[in-house]
Amino acid sequence: MPQSNGRFGSHGGQYIPETLMNAVIELEVAYEHYKNDPEFNRELTELFNEYAGRPSRLYHAQKMTRDLGGAKIYLKREDLNHTGSHKINNVLGQALLAKKMGKTRLIAETGAGQHGVATATAAALFGMECVVFMGEEDTVRQALNVYRMRLLGAEVIPVKTGTATLKDAVSEAMREWTGRISDTHYCLGSVMGPHPFPTIVRDFQAVISREVKQQMLEKEGRLPDTVIACVGGGSNAMGSFYHFIEDEEVELIGCEAAGRGIDTFETAATIATGKPGIFHGMKSYFCQDEYGQIAPVYSISAGLDYPGIGPEHAWLHDTGRARYVPVSDEEAVNAFEYLSRTEGIIPAIESAHAVAYAMKTAPQCSKDKIIVITISGRGDKDCAAIARYRGEDIHE
Amino acid sequence: MNNTDMQIYRPADQIKEAFKKGKAFIPFVTCGDPDLETTKAVVRSMAANGADLIELGIPFSDPTAEGPVIQAANLRALIGGVTTDKIFDMVKELRRTVTIPMVFMTYANVVFSYGARRFISACAQIGINGLILPDLPFEEKGEFSGLCREYGVALISLIAPTSENRISMIAKEAEGFLYIVSSLGVTGVRSKINTDVASMVKLVKQTTSVPCAVGFGISTPEQARKMAEISDGAIVGSAIVKLIAEYGTEAAGPVGRYVRKMKNALSLDPA
Repeated sequence: MPQSNGRFGSHGGQYIPETLMNAVIELEVAYEHYKNDPEFNRELTELFNEYAGRPSRLYHAQKMTRDLGGAKIYLKREDLNHTGSHKINNVLGQALLAKKMGKTRLIAETGAGQHGVATATAAALFGMECVVFMGEEDTVRQALNVYRMRLLGAEVIPVKTGTATLKDAVSEAMREWTGRISDTHYCLGSVMGPHPFPTIVRDFQAVISREVKQQMLEKEGRLPDTVIACVGGGSNAMGSFYHFIEDEEVELIGCEAAGRGIDTFETAATIATGKPGIFHGMKSYFCQDEYGQIAPVYSISAGLDYPGIGPEHAWLHDTGRARYVPVSDEEAVNAFEYLSRTEGIIPAIESAHAVAYAMKTAPQCSKDKIIVITISGRGDKDCAAIARYRGEDIHE
Repeated sequence: MNNTDMQIYRPADQIKEAFKKGKAFIPFVTCGDPDLETTKAVVRSMAANGADLIELGIPFSDPTAEGPVIQAANLRALIGGVTTDKIFDMVKELRRTVTIPMVFMTYANVVFSYGARRFISACAQIGINGLILPDLPFEEKGEFSGLCREYGVALISLIAPTSENRISMIAKEAEGFLYIVSSLGVTGVRSKINTDVASMVKLVKQTTSVPCAVGFGISTPEQARKMAEISDGAIVGSAIVKLIAEYGTEAAGPVGRYVRKMKNALSLDPA
C-alpha cells in the first residue's frame, strides 16, 4: 500500500504543476469514496463480466510445457478481453469514476494504441468525448489502432515533439489536462504518473492476480511458483503481481524491453540501465543522462518504449520482492513466433517479452514447478511490424 | 538582528531589490538557445535595458509545463550541447558585470539528478538568487526547501488559477517572490487573459508581504501594464524566446529593445 502522498518507499509522489494539484486531490477524494461504494463496485463488476468478458481464462499451455520440457506453464489470457488487452480493466474503472465525478471528456496517451483503443471504447460506451495523444512514430507503427480509435469516435492527435513516442504522448496529455480540467479526466494508462494514478490503476488491474490466484487454487490446489509479466510503465505486471506480493514464496518477474541490448543506447530497460529521477509526476527509475535529461529510448514494442517505470515497481525492485529482467527485440520476436506456432496464440509483442523469458527459464525448472505468464494483449496489431522486422514488406 | 545573522549573505534577500524600482519587469531566457555566447549577450542586454530580475531557464528534454515556443528553445539548446555545468560557468562570468537578481527556472529532475545539495550550493556560490521548479508543488517542496534555506537561495512558489483554497497555504511559506500563473495550460503567448488575477493577488496579500509577479501569456506592453497594475510585476518568456528564435545569434539587440519597451510601459504613471 502507498504511504502518505502516494509514496512507495522513496518513489511516487506528486511532481506536477500547481495548476493540476486540485485536480489530483479531487480525483483522490472521489476514488477514496467510490472504491468502497457497493454500487460503484457492482457496476464495475458488471462491466468487467458482461462487457469486457471477464474473468479471463487461465489456460494450461500443454504443448509449450511439453516442448520446453520443464515447468508447467499457464497463460493468463488478458488478450481475450474486449478490445484485446488488459488495458480495458483500468479504463472501465477510470471512466466509471470520471462519470461519477461529472466529467464529460476523457483524454489519454497511448503507445501501442491498446490503451487508446480501450479509452475510445469506454468513451463510446459512456457517451463521453475522447481525445487520444499518440506519438507520430507510433501512429505509423500502429496504423490499424489509429483507425480503430477514430472508428470508435475518438480524436487522435499525433505528437511530433521529442522522440514522437509514448513519453511524448504522456507529456502532451499532461499539457492538455493543464489547459482544460473542469470537464476533463486524464485517463492515464499505466501504474505511473502522480499520486493517486499509480494506486488507482493498480487497483483496477489487480483483478488479474485476484483471478489467477482463485483459478490456480481451483486447478492445482496451490499457488504458482513464478508469475511473469512484461513491464513498460508496468500496469499488467502490477495487476499480475499485486495479490501475490503477500505470498513470499511466489517469485515475481517483470520483463523489460531491452531493445537492441542493454549495452546499447537503443534500449528501454529502465531498471537495468536507469537511475532514480523525477519525471511525469513521479519519483522512480528513469533512463537519463548524467544531467537528468530523459533518454530517447527504443524498443520494437511501442507499448514498452518508455524511459520510466511505475513507482511501485521501483519499490518492489528496491525491496527485492520482484525481479526485473531485460528481454531483447530479437528474443521477443522469436517468442512472438513461437507462441503463435506452438499454441495457436498470437501474443502482443509486449507480452512476447514475458513469453521469451519463460522460454529461457522454464526448461531449467523441474516439472513440478508452475509458471504463470500474463498474455497482456493480442498480437494482431503487431503482425505487419513483425513481418517488416523479418524483412517482409506487408502493408496493413 | 544579531552579529552572526549580519555576516551571512543570503542571495535570496537580494530579490526584493527587483521590486524597488516601480513595477518589476522579469524577462526569461532559455540558456544555450542557440548557444551560450548568445545567452550571455542577451542577459547583458536585458540588464542594460531595464530588466529588474532575469529568469534563466536550464533546458530540460521534456518540459511538460511549456508550450511549443519554449519546448523548441529547450530542444535547440540541448542539441547545441549545453549542460548544467556549462550554464553554471556562464553565470559565474555574467556575475562580473550583471548585478540584478537572477533566478534559475528548470525542472525537478535537473536539480535532483545533479544532487540537490550540490546544485543548490552551486547556485549560492555563483550568485543565483532563487530557483523556480514548475513541477514541484507545495506538497513536494520539502525535499529542496530545507537545502534552499540552508544556502540562502529562494525557492519560488507558483500559484495557479485553480489554486483557490490552496493560495494562503502556499503564500504563507512563500520566499523571494510569488509567481502568479495567469492562465490555465502551458506557457505561451495569449491574445487574452481571462483569469481574475486581481482576486488571486488580493488573497495572497492577505497572507504575505512577499511580492507577486504575474506570468504565462503576457507579450504586449498593454498586457504587461495591466497585469503589473494589479500586482508587483510582469514575467515574459515566450515572446522573448520567439525573438531569439527569429534573430538567433543576433538576438541581443532586438531583445534589449523589447525589454526597454516593456519596462517603459510598466513605468508609466497609472492612467
